[in-house]
Amino acid sequence: MSGGPAFARNASEASRSSADARLSVEQVSYAYSANPSQAPLFTLEATSFQAKPGELVAILGPNASGKSTLLKLIAGALAPLSGRILLNGFVTHSLTPRTRAQRIAVVQQESLLLFPSRVWEFVLQGRHAHGRSLRFESDDDVIIAQNALAQVGATDLSDRSMDQISGGEKQRVILARALAQQPLLLLLDEPTLHLDIAAQVDLLHTLRRLAAENRYTVVVVTHELNLAAEYTDQVVLMQRGRCLRVGPPSSIYQRELLEQVFQTPLTVELGPSGRPRVTVLSDRQ
Amino acid sequence: MRPLTLRRLFLQCFILVVILFVVVVIALKFGAVPVSLYALGRDLLRVLFGQTSQISSDYGLIVWNIRLPRILLGTIVGASLSVAGTSFQALLRNPLADPYVLGVSSGAALGAILALITEPYLSLSPALSALLTPLGAFLGAAATIAAVYALGRREGQIDSTTLLLGGVITASFLSAIITFLMSTITSGNTRGMAFWLMGNLSTSFQKSVYWFLGIGFIVATGAIYTTATDLNLLLAGEKEAMHLGVDVPRVRLVVYIAASFLTGLAVSVSGAVGYVGLIVPHVMRLLFGSDHRTLLPTAALGGAIAVVFADTLARTLVAPNDLSVGAVTAVVGAPLFIYLLRRRLA
Repeated sequence: MSGGPAFARNASEASRSSADARLSVEQVSYAYSANPSQAPLFTLEATSFQAKPGELVAILGPNASGKSTLLKLIAGALAPLSGRILLNGFVTHSLTPRTRAQRIAVVQQESLLLFPSRVWEFVLQGRHAHGRSLRFESDDDVIIAQNALAQVGATDLSDRSMDQISGGEKQRVILARALAQQPLLLLLDEPTLHLDIAAQVDLLHTLRRLAAENRYTVVVVTHELNLAAEYTDQVVLMQRGRCLRVGPPSSIYQRELLEQVFQTPLTVELGPSGRPRVTVLSDRQ
Repeated sequence: MRPLTLRRLFLQCFILVVILFVVVVIALKFGAVPVSLYALGRDLLRVLFGQTSQISSDYGLIVWNIRLPRILLGTIVGASLSVAGTSFQALLRNPLADPYVLGVSSGAALGAILALITEPYLSLSPALSALLTPLGAFLGAAATIAAVYALGRREGQIDSTTLLLGGVITASFLSAIITFLMSTITSGNTRGMAFWLMGNLSTSFQKSVYWFLGIGFIVATGAIYTTATDLNLLLAGEKEAMHLGVDVPRVRLVVYIAASFLTGLAVSVSGAVGYVGLIVPHVMRLLFGSDHRTLLPTAALGGAIAVVFADTLARTLVAPNDLSVGAVTAVVGAPLFIYLLRRRLA
């Protein structure tokens, strides 16, 4: 039912954007001030990068470096002060909330629930943007939601209540809801924040696999230097509202650069996978 | 996975319609003049199925002209308050929101009183002046909820405790103004202080008022119902709802206006009946889940059942005197509010 228009949409857009970049961030800047007459409390200086389908991009940087602001701009939740962000040739901020939700899925740091629902109900919420406002969920929606749960390995959680599952399980269910949106672009804001190490590795591994299988473009904001090095294709390095460097982990992970950005002594070496690995040194040596 | 289907929705509503019918029959039976339940039920079913158009004449007058209009009023008032409560809870993301607790009912009452006071000076046509009271009540409700919303915001976010406190203070402040007005103004048509502060269903109106109430209720509830799935997502927060495709400002505006209108509608004919919008949605959530596609219609029916039932108690407990229906709902509702508040803070 909903497969028809979705397919047509993909086909028409594929023909329009001949360049292989799906997400294109072009000289985007932003300023935030508590009140218009005052000097801005925070500014994001012009930032540019591009990402292809199937690519995993990490936005890295210390606190208050502008990572989350950049993610909100990409999501279309904020309007940039200058520059533009294109998703398959469309400016993300100008899309209606509904159209945007059909193309961009956002996984927030925390998902609060006032009245706890079942896991399957929660995942079906991802289908909202694909139905009319009063439509009851179709069989297609149910199949898509079931597939989304299966893709994150959470099929057996389906009938559990959202307030009775662990933090790692909850993160996977939230990801499943994002997948049920069938987006082109998947954005995650510090998804590993409250997870234990096994769950963190598991999540990044899942993202890597999903990006490859479904050709999603994935952008993830994170503090985890080593996970980003291990699993991503591109790193956007941020510091105090400036984008310092964009490139593959091997070109970003240099001792002097990272020490300066994160303000802590560290070493960088090549891990067994051929990707860089960071060890933070104790300050008082 | 068992997504909601139209069939399940109708089934749940049908069960409540049957309960409402039973409660209405009971409410028709009880009162100062006893009426046989069996004869009444039989006659009502005959009327419903079109076999006759009259019910037995020995009690027909009481049932038809006194009790039935009052029950009809209770049905609409209960349904309106319950839908308004459900909407405010979703809008403010606070399960303890209720028109009465938030002071919205007091605001509506004050608006209605001001409309009644100014009406003689406006020299409007009778039809327009009849609409002036509900209009005043609507404006009072809308202004109050806007004020309480502003009071409840801290650092750009709605703070649950501040919101409730702001509502309680607003309610007490507005009640004081109502008390002042009712003590100083002695014009005949403003009804009593107890009516506005506690609420009752004893006033009878012209036939056109019932039509206005019924149509107003259907339009406003219909408008809210078009946002039912949006409200489900709004419960997870405005940002998250936006990312899932909800046009948050539009939904907020529709629900804000329609819920204020429903509160104004109810208060302008029955005064400030409390806690219906709090208790009923809670019970319906426990019974049928928190999906607003189910919650809104079941809360409407449940609200009708609750108020008609509470009013029957109000009429019979101290018969032949009349108790305020608001006293009955408050006796049940206030302890439940405390229980829910403590469980939430625990």
